[in-house]
Amino acid sequence: MAINILMPALSPTMEEGTLAKWLVKEGDTVSSGDIMAEIETDKATMEFEATDEGVVGKILVAEGTEGVKVNAPIAVLLEDGEDATAPAPAVAPAQEIEAPTAVASTTAPASVATPDNRPTMEEIPAGTTFKTQTVREALRDAMSEEMRTTDEVYLMGEEVAEYQGAYKISQGMLDEFGPKRVIDTPITEHGFTGIAVGSAFAGLKPIVEFMTFNFAMQAIDHIINSAAKTLYMSGGQMGCSIVFRGANGAAARVGAQHSQDYAAWYAQIPGLKVVQPYSAADAKGLLKSAIRDPNPVLVLENEILYGRSFEVPEIDDFTVPIGRARIWRQGTDVTIVSFGIGMQYALEAADELAKEGIEAEVIDLRSIRPIDYETILTSVRKTNRCVTVEEGFPVCSIGNHLSAKIMTEAFDYLDAPVINCTGKDVPMPYAANLEKLALVTTKEVIDAVKSVTYR
Amino acid sequence: MAARKPAKKSNTSKEELLAFYREMLLIRRFEEKAGQLYGMGLIGGFCHLYIGQEAVVVGLEATTKEGDQRITSYRDHGHMLACGMDPKGVMAELTGRIDGYSKGKGGSMHMFSAEKNFFGGHGIVGAQVPLGAGLGFANWYRGNDNVSFAYFGDGSANQGQVYETFNMASLWGLPVVFVIENNQYAMGTAMKRSTSSPDIYTRGQAFGIPGEAVDGMDVLAVKEAGEKAVAHCRAGKGPYILEMKTYRYRGHSMSDPAKYRTREEVQKVREEKDPIDHVRDLLVQGKHATEDDLKAIDKEIKATVNESAQFAQASPEPDLSELWTDIYA
Repeated sequence: MAINILMPALSPTMEEGTLAKWLVKEGDTVSSGDIMAEIETDKATMEFEATDEGVVGKILVAEGTEGVKVNAPIAVLLEDGEDATAPAPAVAPAQEIEAPTAVASTTAPASVATPDNRPTMEEIPAGTTFKTQTVREALRDAMSEEMRTTDEVYLMGEEVAEYQGAYKISQGMLDEFGPKRVIDTPITEHGFTGIAVGSAFAGLKPIVEFMTFNFAMQAIDHIINSAAKTLYMSGGQMGCSIVFRGANGAAARVGAQHSQDYAAWYAQIPGLKVVQPYSAADAKGLLKSAIRDPNPVLVLENEILYGRSFEVPEIDDFTVPIGRARIWRQGTDVTIVSFGIGMQYALEAADELAKEGIEAEVIDLRSIRPIDYETILTSVRKTNRCVTVEEGFPVCSIGNHLSAKIMTEAFDYLDAPVINCTGKDVPMPYAANLEKLALVTTKEVIDAVKSVTYR
Repeated sequence: MAARKPAKKSNTSKEELLAFYREMLLIRRFEEKAGQLYGMGLIGGFCHLYIGQEAVVVGLEATTKEGDQRITSYRDHGHMLACGMDPKGVMAELTGRIDGYSKGKGGSMHMFSAEKNFFGGHGIVGAQVPLGAGLGFANWYRGNDNVSFAYFGDGSANQGQVYETFNMASLWGLPVVFVIENNQYAMGTAMKRSTSSPDIYTRGQAFGIPGEAVDGMDVLAVKEAGEKAVAHCRAGKGPYILEMKTYRYRGHSMSDPAKYRTREEVQKVREEKDPIDHVRDLLVQGKHATEDDLKAIDKEIKATVNESAQFAQASPEPDLSELWTDIYA
């Protein structure tokens, strides 16, 4: 019985990949463990092994094909005696991976194409051209550009150099900058974070990559006690210009210990700055600003967003100021405030609501500390309603804090209580259906908006 | 602690011995004064005195050159004085006044001097070890021949981050002298109750870091070992560990009832091993100084310390606006 060989999922967030190279041809006999193809995922180029014995009957997807969906048949394997003309088995419909985040990038509003619409957007000169870039590429460009300008900037972390980055963010940087400036560390977050902070005391400008921010809990003493507080404790003598960056929040199906959003944790600490970009342009502009900032800055990235494409302005030295929110979409009926991957639910909800005649103003905080309160309050005073959206836990969330701020500063303008849409108050489950439920959903945002608008 | 070996005099001079005497005495008298001011309620919170350990920092400072960095724990007053920070500024920080090194916002445990390359003053046990290696990293990165000194105690020596740091410092060849000030008590816990092996300096072996034990009550032995360690680091051979066997006469902090050791134990060390008496003896026996000469120095140091205490009481408290400054650069 012929077997369909399917495009494998080779990383937690992989939805499609490139069939880079076939290492077998039709008619070859393969056995379990033989390498059949090289497949390029969102993270790396991987070898793909045969799991069954047989003869390669037909190659269905030519090498070099990009965007091959996970679970799409790529070849047919024949058992001994079968021939290629034997009817292929009925192809089971390629199972749609229901990643809660599966949104084609094309549905996202062009991030910077209409600057006149966005009062808080940094000035983009008329006539600026844009290029489509993934968040991953934008982050790499930000680091490389800053490292070209200043020798004092270096990148340190697990797998950043020879492996080319666990999530390929630092791809190519070792080649360009060499092993002294792109430094692979052992798996010792507490230790290497302390070393990086110490080097920042001495005037260097480290970029510390945490493979994910979950692991930064091992190092949180140095982030808070050493990096954030020293300027104050030294009466202003000794600062710490350092960037802590890496994937934050839930990826997909990686369980409770790898799926936490730390926005609210770090947002509480005086002495730290915290940014959580959604788009590639903001990722680039904020990371460049973070590297230049004389203070410790946390850049909370998101694994799912790494592969997402956005329009990035082709401007020499494009930066985005820390502490300024951005209005993604103007509206009059409700203010939706979000940041990071939460923006995806906010924007999806806004599109759906628009079909029902509810015009939402969607604000991307971009910076969690300092927070651009003015943009939020101005919007709420106009719409009189507010819903916040984030993936983090509900207790002491960023939304809770914004609600308190809005209550204090704009109480008389509110026509409804502020609703906080958050992740659920549970450790992240593994099961796909439970995981989806544990995260915030677009439907919850829509329901919240309908509730505050009394629809 | 073994009785002191006869001091070698070959590696020193009259001038150096006098300088050591002066510097150690300054620390001793300064700390005594700080204890006094604490008792008067002029210094608050935690205050960890360095009395007894003076030879360690004074001997090592003699091996440093311009650009070398130092960092330590919260028992930090001695390190600041030894690297040339102004006693007035240190004392004013202890009293929480605007003329303190941190404008009164750091306190006893958190003082810094960018000018003197003194990087604190850290309150989390062991945290200064990777931070100190980071200072060495900066020297390595810039390709200069400066060395960083990361001081920590026998208590810190059981923190995991110390060994994470040993690993990376050795792996990358960072110019760091790890100075373990083994005063035998981690707060109130005697070393034998907390530490599986008696020789902490051997713990570098697993990482290929040379180490040695040093009589930390003998400033000349400290200096000699320090010179060896510093030469190793400056030559680009990576880190070095010095375990200074020393002793603190006072409690862990000012609120320590010291029930974990006997008065006799402390008294015995004071009588037999005191680092200042040792240098005093060398000066007198070597006819480098007369009793009168030494009395004159004592008087001078006392005046410096009294002046710092007066300054620290006269300096105003920080302006209330200081609450909101120095949070961001």
